[in-house]
Amino acid sequence: MMKTALKGAVYGLIALAASTAVADESAELVINGETEIVTRADAPAHLDGALSEVTSGWLYRSDETQAMQMDDFDNPGMLAVEDAMVAWGTAEGTENKSCADCHGAAEEGMAGVRATYPKWNDNAEEVRTLAMQINACRTENMGAEEWKYDGGDMLAMEGLISYAGRGDTINVAIDGPAQAMWEQGRDMYYTRTGQLELSCANCHEQNYGNMIRADHLSQGQINGFPTYRLKNAKLNGVHSRFKGCVRDTRAETYAVGSEDFIALELYVASRGNGLSVEGPSVRN
Amino acid sequence: MKSIIQMTAGLALAATVASAEDVAPADVVYEEYGEVTASLTGIAGDPENGIVVMTSRGKGNCIACHEVTALADYPFHGEVGPMLDGVGGYRSEAELRGIVANAKHTFPDTMMPAFYKTSGYIRPGDAFTGKAGEEPLPPLLTAQEIEDVVAYLQTLTD
Ligand code: HEC
Ligand code: HEC
Repeated sequence: MMKTALKGAVYGLIALAASTAVADESAELVINGETEIVTRADAPAHLDGALSEVTSGWLYRSDETQAMQMDDFDNPGMLAVEDAMVAWGTAEGTENKSCADCHGAAEEGMAGVRATYPKWNDNAEEVRTLAMQINACRTENMGAEEWKYDGGDMLAMEGLISYAGRGDTINVAIDGPAQAMWEQGRDMYYTRTGQLELSCANCHEQNYGNMIRADHLSQGQINGFPTYRLKNAKLNGVHSRFKGCVRDTRAETYAVGSEDFIALELYVASRGNGLSVEGPSVRN
Repeated sequence: MKSIIQMTAGLALAATVASAEDVAPADVVYEEYGEVTASLTGIAGDPENGIVVMTSRGKGNCIACHEVTALADYPFHGEVGPMLDGVGGYRSEAELRGIVANAKHTFPDTMMPAFYKTSGYIRPGDAFTGKAGEEPLPPLLTAQEIEDVVAYLQTLTD
């Protein structure tokens, strides 16, 4: 509390004691020597030329951080995935069912899933993030308690589902009933908020590849989520990351799990269409 | 907890308290290209303190975005804005004051934050708490801090 309040003017721009090593932006990401990850792809058409190429945040990290993600034994995010594998097979709730009872083995049952989220759900008539879908399964199909949005259990399960779909090409639908929400997210992306009057685009579209004090700016893509951050030594969720970035503009943030952040997530996810699912990734 | 809040609130106040002589943020007169001719305080800027403001994360943190060779002792300079070497040679005092106070008058869509502005924000926050802030917000820098930065920038002539 005190630390936050004492931070002055533009402190948020430099949030962390980042590694100063210059990133190798031309490195290639192959995990465990076998899973090839697309870290550069042609920008999707809906970006209207705003970017020529979309790039993974992995490219902008130091050699050491990059290396941690190249081998699952070195990726601390994999510990949470192992926890989630246990949760996957554990029956819970009034229905006494586990995820495995409906979906089989996670590696098979969840293949292809992560790459399409957030996505429109016809029955619920809403855009669902992966976290929302996990909670819907828990409450509706298992009779179990919801997990906290961006809480440890939830992020571990998102990590497992990302792992099961790792290497799949992100392909988030933006048309049909999801379109209105997508447009809302796009407006948010370009709105300059807070006393620093900065938009997501100011940092992640106009300045990726540039240093902002000790931070090497990426495109702010979310194909790598959940991300294991060395800064706080745990898996981090998309909305919590958004919240930090909005806060750093000296703005009033939106709430984790809010409609606003769901819209923003839908939009930002679609900016990464063409990249690979690479969660759980490692970032600083 | 309460005392911590009071303490930090007190600090914030001390840092932003304006003297009666200062030109208030809303009263600053910007010329056609965003220049501000008159001093905001009537007191000559202190270039030494200008360095503190430019390099401190809790103040202007200008080097988050700008590289300045003369400030190489302070680690981590950004690449978002232009290098400021020589800026005191090709920009007048009035131009520099206008750019530091509110660069949007000089460069309409610039990413550079306005350091002497208190209202007209979208979702203004209470500093870096993420909570809502109420306008008028304290400006990011005081009038004298702006003058100090301008005085320092004028020393950058090569
Ligand atoms: C003042 C600059 C700034 C603004 C504005 C900003 N960010 Fe960021 N963001 C950063 C920095 C610095 C990082 C850490 C380095 C990196 O990955 O780019 C980051 C990281 C991220 C990441 C993590 C990327 C990864 O690969 O792990 C995401 C996602 C993100 N930002 C999204 C957003 C969104 C969405 C917005 C607008 C709501 C936004 N950012 C606004 C500076 C900013
Ligand atoms: C978030 C980024 C950012 C921060 C922080 C920032 N600037 Fe800037 N600044 C810029 C950009 C970008 C420009 C280029 C103007 C444009 O948009 O065309 C600029 C331009 C300038 C110029 C004009 C340079 C020229 O060649 O004419 C000066 C002088 C300047 N900044 C000084 C400062 C000072 C002093 C501070 C701190 C009190 C500061 N800046 C903080 C981004 C920033």
